Amino acid sequence: MRIERILTMNQSAAAVNVDLTLIDAMLTHYEGHKGAIIPVLQNIQTTYGYLPANAIVKASTVLKLSLSDIYGVATFYSQFRLTPVGKNIIKVCHGTACHVQNASAVSEAIEESLEIKDGQTTADGLFTLESVACLGCCSLAPVMMLNGEAFGKLSGKSAVKIVNDVRMQEKQK
Amino acid sequence: MGMADTIVRVGMASCGIAAGARKVYDTIKGLQNTDYLKFNLQQTGCIGMCFREPLVEVIDENGSYLYGDVDAEKILEILNKHVRNGEPVRDYIVRTDLFASQDDPFWKGQVKIALRNCGVIDPENLDDYMRQGGYDAVKKIMTNNISREDIIQMIIDSGLRGRGGGGFSTGMKWKFAYNSQNETKYIICNADEGDPGAFMDRSLIEGDPHAIIEGMIIGAYAIGASDGVIYCRAEYPLAIKRLNIAIGQAHEKGFLGKNIFGIDGFNFDLYVKEGAGAFVCGEETALMASIEGERGMPRRRPPFPAVSGLFKKPTNINNVETWANVSWIVLNGPEKYAAFGTEKSKGTKVFALAGKIKHGGLVEVPMGIPLRDVIFKLGGGIQNNKKFKAVQMGGPSGGCIPEHLLDTIVDYDSVTATGAIMGSGGLVVMDENTCMVDMARFFLDFTQKESCGKCTFCRVGTKRLLEILTRITQGEGREGDIELLEELCEQIKTSSLCGLGQTAPNPVLTTLKYFRNEYEAHIFNKKCPAHNCKKLLTYTIETDTCTGCTVCAKNCPTNAISGERKLPHLIDQSLCIKCGACFSKCKFNAISLS
Repeated sequence: MRIERILTMNQSAAAVNVDLTLIDAMLTHYEGHKGAIIPVLQNIQTTYGYLPANAIVKASTVLKLSLSDIYGVATFYSQFRLTPVGKNIIKVCHGTACHVQNASAVSEAIEESLEIKDGQTTADGLFTLESVACLGCCSLAPVMMLNGEAFGKLSGKSAVKIVNDVRMQEKQK
Repeated sequence: MGMADTIVRVGMASCGIAAGARKVYDTIKGLQNTDYLKFNLQQTGCIGMCFREPLVEVIDENGSYLYGDVDAEKILEILNKHVRNGEPVRDYIVRTDLFASQDDPFWKGQVKIALRNCGVIDPENLDDYMRQGGYDAVKKIMTNNISREDIIQMIIDSGLRGRGGGGFSTGMKWKFAYNSQNETKYIICNADEGDPGAFMDRSLIEGDPHAIIEGMIIGAYAIGASDGVIYCRAEYPLAIKRLNIAIGQAHEKGFLGKNIFGIDGFNFDLYVKEGAGAFVCGEETALMASIEGERGMPRRRPPFPAVSGLFKKPTNINNVETWANVSWIVLNGPEKYAAFGTEKSKGTKVFALAGKIKHGGLVEVPMGIPLRDVIFKLGGGIQNNKKFKAVQMGGPSGGCIPEHLLDTIVDYDSVTATGAIMGSGGLVVMDENTCMVDMARFFLDFTQKESCGKCTFCRVGTKRLLEILTRITQGEGREGDIELLEELCEQIKTSSLCGLGQTAPNPVLTTLKYFRNEYEAHIFNKKCPAHNCKKLLTYTIETDTCTGCTVCAKNCPTNAISGERKLPHLIDQSLCIKCGACFSKCKFNAISLS
């Protein structure tokens, strides 16, 4: 049920100050457009990585849309997040083919290595781990996507290695 | 042709890239046009042989050679021996026109209509598409002044039915939209491929985006629409990118926009709308609600979209694969399309083969072919020579087809008779190690999360189904559970508004129908015949293989394992919580499951 999304998101919603001028031009562009809520929210999320509460309030004022309508849309679609995310997003596919090919071993290995649970972000803010329904690379199952790049035919070990490589790169920066 | 005319083509769909095609492509690019090597480097979409990715095709004066499982090392050998010296590397060839190769059965029996250009052209190059007869169908309509009624009749005569799974006659759908009187009409391409285990639409868009645009231009002309939307899920970034490139190219050529193809008053424009992650948006009324910027919740029909759809205007909506067939039908004639298939299901169908199958990939077969041929001939059978158990068709709305029904032919009505549905084309194959109760639980977990919450029976019923199934897989099944499942399924089916709810019980019903014994084994004997459900397994240490390394004991969260160093260890079954930690940590395969 989609209601679960609202409940889990509310618990950890934090008030963070963000630079709201970043979305001025975008909001002006969508003023008066019909059906703009989803692209506006997608743009806000691209800018900040999530949907900050004050950005939603601003969008509501500028676009003259009710706050509850926007909140309703934001909590309906799984793409939208109301809390900040890690710098690198790991999406482990749990589609049918990946499930059959033991995707849970991949999730479990990453959970153990990063010491977080599904949906959580590491304390250093480097990684967020998510389960997703299907990435559409079923014949290479099990699959995960790290920052938009897909990796196939994984095992728990090889998945952790890919994550560790990224961590090494981050440390060198 | 000399070496400079040799073409080297790399399969660069999402799945190819996931397997490492980008690295291979970059390696080739780095060596191109050096003193020793001159060739023409191209990228292409999904070739279909996902099980051999990354794929590189070399076309020289003798013909085409497809190399599989290519990596950064092999490509150097291929470039050196084949491209420079003209000696094909036979060991890596998976397909060629010139001699038989081991993967030929994968191609035998395929008829490529929707996939005609996938893996052949560069999807980001309009000239490539036009060289294959692209946009000739629209030009044929314009030069011969084929009337709108005649186009619709052509599509009706071809027998094309909705490839998204609905199976409704495409031509009839167009006719309804055509008959609706309104100045503004919309046309939509449903590319919200949310069904887990399916990737036909993604591959089609990534491999041949212009075919979908051309189909939509023809549809728009036929029904009189001037605006189109391609609703594509955001999980497919490459597909969205290539669609936008293709739309831009079509604009430049005057194939989209105002007075297109030089016809006064024929205006048609198109944009891509990114979905935001909701499976229910694959349902047409929910999809339109989503385009309008609302929560993607289905609406009551009637009125049907053909009368009152997007923004309350007449709307025609078809799936990606349906659109990809349109220009072929117009160009080659409906008779030629209808020559393939069965009496009620004409043409071809694209399937995505995945799961425990040897040749996972994308195939297009004529309707009427037995499922057995798709799985065992094209698909090569089951991985690791295990035993076939079932094939899942139609995703969360579909069902599992068991071994004894494998001779069922691919045709809407025959598949529906088994309790599964044709669906959009995802075929997930399961072997003896797949637990069917767990499979049903997996799908209910999905539909339960994706239910929009509008209808009580879907919202609450799927949750209850999931709870019962979870209980059964954890060894807490009770007498009467099976009957309770059946009763709930019936109620959810009859009391839900949209397809999601009406079909959500199918995975439970078909597994109950064909694999009832597995449910009974879980409930009454507390056993999982497939050795899949963790809570129903018993972990024991084999004294012969155990080296006494103590790794299992160190990792056991409940201290259930004891034993002296260098001596065989023992699991105390009363303390074991069946977490599987010892099993995954043991380096000597000394832990057995039963």
